[in-house]
Amino acid sequence: MILALVAVPVLVPLLAAGLSLIVSASTDRQRTVTLTALALVLADAVALLVVVERDGTVVVAAGDWAPPVGIVLVADLLATMLLALAVLVALAVLLFAVGQDNADRGPGITVPYHPSYLVLVAGIALAFLAGDLFNLFVAFEMLLSASYVLITLDAGPGRVRAGMTYVITSLTSSLLFITALGLVYSAAGTVNLADLAVQAERLPPGLRTALSLMLLVVFGIKAAVVPLHFWLPDSYPTAPAPITAVFAALLTKVGVYAMVRTESLVFPREGAWWVATVLAVATMLVGILGAVAQDDINRLLSFTLVGHVGFMIFGLALSDVAGLTGTILYILHHITVQATLFLVAGLIVNAAGTAELSRMERGEGARRVHPLTGLLFLIGALSMAGVPPLSGFIAKFALLRAAAAHGGVAAWLLAGAGLVTSILTLYAMVRVWRGAFAPGQGDPLPLRGRPGMMLTMSAAVAMGLTGLGLAVAAGPLADLGERAATELVEPGGYRTAVLTGEREGR
Amino acid sequence: MRSLDLTMALVVGGLFTAGVHLLLQRSLMRVVLGIILLGHGANLLLLEAGGPLGDPPITAGGPDVDVSAHSDPLPQAMALTAIVITFGVTTFLLALSHRSWRLTGHDEVQNDPEDRRIGDVAERADDDPTPHLPTDDRGDAG
Repeated sequence: MILALVAVPVLVPLLAAGLSLIVSASTDRQRTVTLTALALVLADAVALLVVVERDGTVVVAAGDWAPPVGIVLVADLLATMLLALAVLVALAVLLFAVGQDNADRGPGITVPYHPSYLVLVAGIALAFLAGDLFNLFVAFEMLLSASYVLITLDAGPGRVRAGMTYVITSLTSSLLFITALGLVYSAAGTVNLADLAVQAERLPPGLRTALSLMLLVVFGIKAAVVPLHFWLPDSYPTAPAPITAVFAALLTKVGVYAMVRTESLVFPREGAWWVATVLAVATMLVGILGAVAQDDINRLLSFTLVGHVGFMIFGLALSDVAGLTGTILYILHHITVQATLFLVAGLIVNAAGTAELSRMERGEGARRVHPLTGLLFLIGALSMAGVPPLSGFIAKFALLRAAAAHGGVAAWLLAGAGLVTSILTLYAMVRVWRGAFAPGQGDPLPLRGRPGMMLTMSAAVAMGLTGLGLAVAAGPLADLGERAATELVEPGGYRTAVLTGEREGR
Repeated sequence: MRSLDLTMALVVGGLFTAGVHLLLQRSLMRVVLGIILLGHGANLLLLEAGGPLGDPPITAGGPDVDVSAHSDPLPQAMALTAIVITFGVTTFLLALSHRSWRLTGHDEVQNDPEDRRIGDVAERADDDPTPHLPTDDRGDAG
């Protein structure tokens, strides 16, 4: 029964994707299939989180082939926390997309949308649950293939150009991943993460470093770490708002998760990790300076996303329990807030008829934005900048406290860059505020009377409330995060669960 | 550590070299070919990770069978999966290139409009008296 809980988040969306293709003649049926599947997966993910929180890591061996040979799905605290939140965001964004489709009747959602979206969710779930490196590769390919389709839906010249950048960059990183897999296998003789952690200790230090850096580059491209971030602000903003929202919220985080998982489990370190420190500082500063210079609201938010990926590497660079707790809290916070902001940006662009802030500021926007949108933006923006008592403050506070406790040049560099980035984030958000909520435009469209508008707004409000919920539940969440981080730093439990737990069950 | 077949090492190295060279070209068709070659190189490397060839890894024996005489089946299975994935995704890339060709009438990597805009700003800021380079959408890569 518990074993089925682990398989459901991958299997149900995949089966539903097939079903969605069968019923593709009717949009309503496609929607019902997607909504039911995601609701089921959400319920399952929450149940899994409860079980894992109570009883510890759950391991499932596919086809009962014992690890390290067989394929394992591992649900530990970190994976299940991220899974539950990711599915929640995916569901909210889906509702937004359906609502927007009803309101506009425009391009955006076509027949391939629903199956691709489901495959995307299955890929994300598999990436979180994967217990071996090769399965992680397959998960990445699942979510990337789905994202290729989603980013080039209704492909005009702009989307084809952006999609080209996105596809070629992602493909190159996937090929590097295969290369890294080959090298890891020939060096260690295994790709199972738990087994690899044991084998990697016996490798010569030079080879270990080479393999670790290679995986860092692979996941760095997916997570948009500077200097491998260039594709993101080019490709994400061209997609429709709900697709950008789900990409921005989830895809980069999957990259960060893979980075945290492999680097902490397979290549554990003592003390601060300088490579990650430099990457984190560069990512924070380059990303946020890029955001400040932008005029297009979606590009601005994409650069902010790059800047804030730096915060997640921040905790990884400290490589201790407090730092990783900060990283985990930051990932959770950022998934929610980034999705909220991109959805709100979609609403703003929808009302104003343009994405350019300077035009909105001159009062050239078609209509004023609905006040509720303003409130949602305010919550998201302040949270992103780290204003207490919102979730961003809690995550940033955890990181800064970790840096202060850690001490040393690297930690203070990270803390300094983090503070500068927070202030510049606030500046970037104020620019959006001045543009998007400039006076002197036509009255906002009423929510009632337009089919879908209520649904769209409710989905955005739900995301905003989730962000507030994270802040309200900060205490228990920080405890959970700390437990998950302890599991990462002391991976003995993970190794035993995968390698011995299965043998008993055979 | 296993010893590596020199021929395979050279083949993999050659495929990677040619692949990277093609990937850096301006023409989309060459980029696609580069991705294909890189994919072949990576998949061969994955296959080669299993070590030297041996008997087919199928036995009816019990636990006392000598496994060292057999090929390692795991990299073969992984390579097979990876081949299918790279094949599928390359096909998508090819379709996308075709679409790009239909839309723009040429098969070159398009300029990034944002880069172009930033470049223009820099040019204006320089207040350079020399005549500006033409800023059309293609043909500045040489």
